[in-house]
Amino acid sequence: MSARHGLWLLMLLLGSAALLALGLAIGSTGWSPWVDKDPVMQQILWDIRAPRSLGAWLAGALLALAGAVAQGLFRNPLADPYLLGCSAGASLGVAVLLFMVGLSPAATALALRVGMTGAAFVGAVGAVLLTLLLARGVEQTLRLLLAGVVVGVVLGSGSALLTLMNPDIMRAMQAFMLGSTGFVGWNAVMIMAVTLLACLLVALGCSRSLDALSLGEATAHSLGVRLALVRVLLIAVLALATAAAVAQCGLIAFVGLVAPHLVRSWGPVTHRDLLLLSPLAGGMLLLAADIGARWVIAPQELPVGIITALLGGSYLLYLMHRRSSGLGRRQ
Amino acid sequence: MKRLLASMLMVLAGLAQAAITVKDDRGHTVTLPEVPRRIVSLLPSLTETVCELGDCARLVGTDRFSNYPATARALPKLGGLDDTSIEALVALKPDVVLLGMSSRLMDRLEALGIKVIALEPKTLGDVQRVLGKLAQLLGKPDEARRIWNRIDGAITHSAASLPPAARGLRIYYEVDAAPYAAGTASFMGEILSRLHGRNIVPAELGPFPKLNPEFVVRADPQVIMVGQRSASGLPQRPGWGAIQAVRNKKICVWVPAESDVLVRPGPRMDEAAALMARCLREAAAGPVALPNVPFNAPPGGMR
Repeated sequence: MSARHGLWLLMLLLGSAALLALGLAIGSTGWSPWVDKDPVMQQILWDIRAPRSLGAWLAGALLALAGAVAQGLFRNPLADPYLLGCSAGASLGVAVLLFMVGLSPAATALALRVGMTGAAFVGAVGAVLLTLLLARGVEQTLRLLLAGVVVGVVLGSGSALLTLMNPDIMRAMQAFMLGSTGFVGWNAVMIMAVTLLACLLVALGCSRSLDALSLGEATAHSLGVRLALVRVLLIAVLALATAAAVAQCGLIAFVGLVAPHLVRSWGPVTHRDLLLLSPLAGGMLLLAADIGARWVIAPQELPVGIITALLGGSYLLYLMHRRSSGLGRRQ
Repeated sequence: MKRLLASMLMVLAGLAQAAITVKDDRGHTVTLPEVPRRIVSLLPSLTETVCELGDCARLVGTDRFSNYPATARALPKLGGLDDTSIEALVALKPDVVLLGMSSRLMDRLEALGIKVIALEPKTLGDVQRVLGKLAQLLGKPDEARRIWNRIDGAITHSAASLPPAARGLRIYYEVDAAPYAAGTASFMGEILSRLHGRNIVPAELGPFPKLNPEFVVRADPQVIMVGQRSASGLPQRPGWGAIQAVRNKKICVWVPAESDVLVRPGPRMDEAAALMARCLREAAAGPVALPNVPFNAPPGGMR
């Protein structure tokens, strides 16, 4: 890692720490720091705000990692974590679950055992498997992309149909689609932390192959990259990271797309540094958005997905217009 | 000759009387030549109101969610709130269609020459107003006053029947697990206020705000009211174990039939008040028992 990227790494870590501290100080009454020794305040701090802030950071990191992997693997700057149907699968999983609750006692019992997070996770991973099945494996990038689009549209219309048939679930579905970090507890934090660690290690292991792949598939092949294996591993990372984040926090928009672009906008990077820096940037972005969501109209909450879209979108636009040789120009 | 003239005059007067004019919530004035004989209602609360006025027999079709009273269940179902089958509706040849303000059907139906009355009850005051409008439509304005007096009297009675320990409790009414609350400004909130309850969600936040879960923990409600659909897992939410209502097991969980009564701003608001009063009485006496039937509700009951 170059000294410049070491500096960035340090700054992102410091920024994340600062935002975590800010996250502990902002809650349903707006700015309310933790100086209070009151037991209720202590409990709010350690059982609600701390896991919630950490959870938001981790979910952002997972999505950004998935986004960086997707953009590298598909060599497409528009690729995002939801590319292979994850989001549609997760919403269908949640819609089926909510629909099943109340259908019959057995179905309700089953649904309650699986839970929202379980349903979203299974849905997201299932959608990716379905995409792989429809694309008949991982050999052809274009076929994978198209299969992902088809799976996304078909599963998406399935959950829309379920919602229309049972409007009772509409509010819950809407909350899921817009994303929320409100109910993230310590269990969720543990799950996301372990997933992030595992996915990051695998992705970093594949980073040299991604560098080779950015020169084209034929070149990568001639450089001795085992493309099939790398693809399978990276798609597994993509699916697991996205599914873990989506299961705990719902469909949070834009973090996965924008975080790798932010990192690239700071200068040319190898995939190893990109895969390391993007999660930090994504974590910071989502945590900042979560703090905003709690703060702006406290004690009410904005869906965090709306803020990520606003924050990420406007920053991306700003970068695009500021840099003469930057995004969107022919290189 | 005189008698003939007099009788003709009477017939004319009768005709003039029979013509019915109602101004709906859009501000449109709808005129009907006589009391409608074939009515389609596309909102459960409006269906209940028509039946409460004694004219269930005039209903020829409803939306899928109108399941009360029992006679409404047998009527043709024309679809949900957003997927009404226009063809089936037109085939019923209704004299008038009653629907909510958010329905997308209005323009389409009016273009087809069908009279449409849009009414959207959202508060207790609206319930009274809508009752009055429908009574006017059905040609029995006095009934509205009688029914409203009954509803209003029953709510007052429920409030008066509460023991002192059940008054002034801090209450959190959850509409959905996101968490969305029923604030003081909602009709559930209005009834709670009349029952001397203190809603933890102030009126400034609007009728159904999406809250920061931390707000509920901080407000520390003594009683929680929640529908059976979103009740599971509530005590396990991060930090919620410390809330008084959770610690002392004072969570009233509404079974689907009760939820129907509570979420529809219609003529059963007196029953809603009685249900909430029951909850408050039980909560004042000790832990509230959870429903002993598993949650079971066919899709689409608007709960």
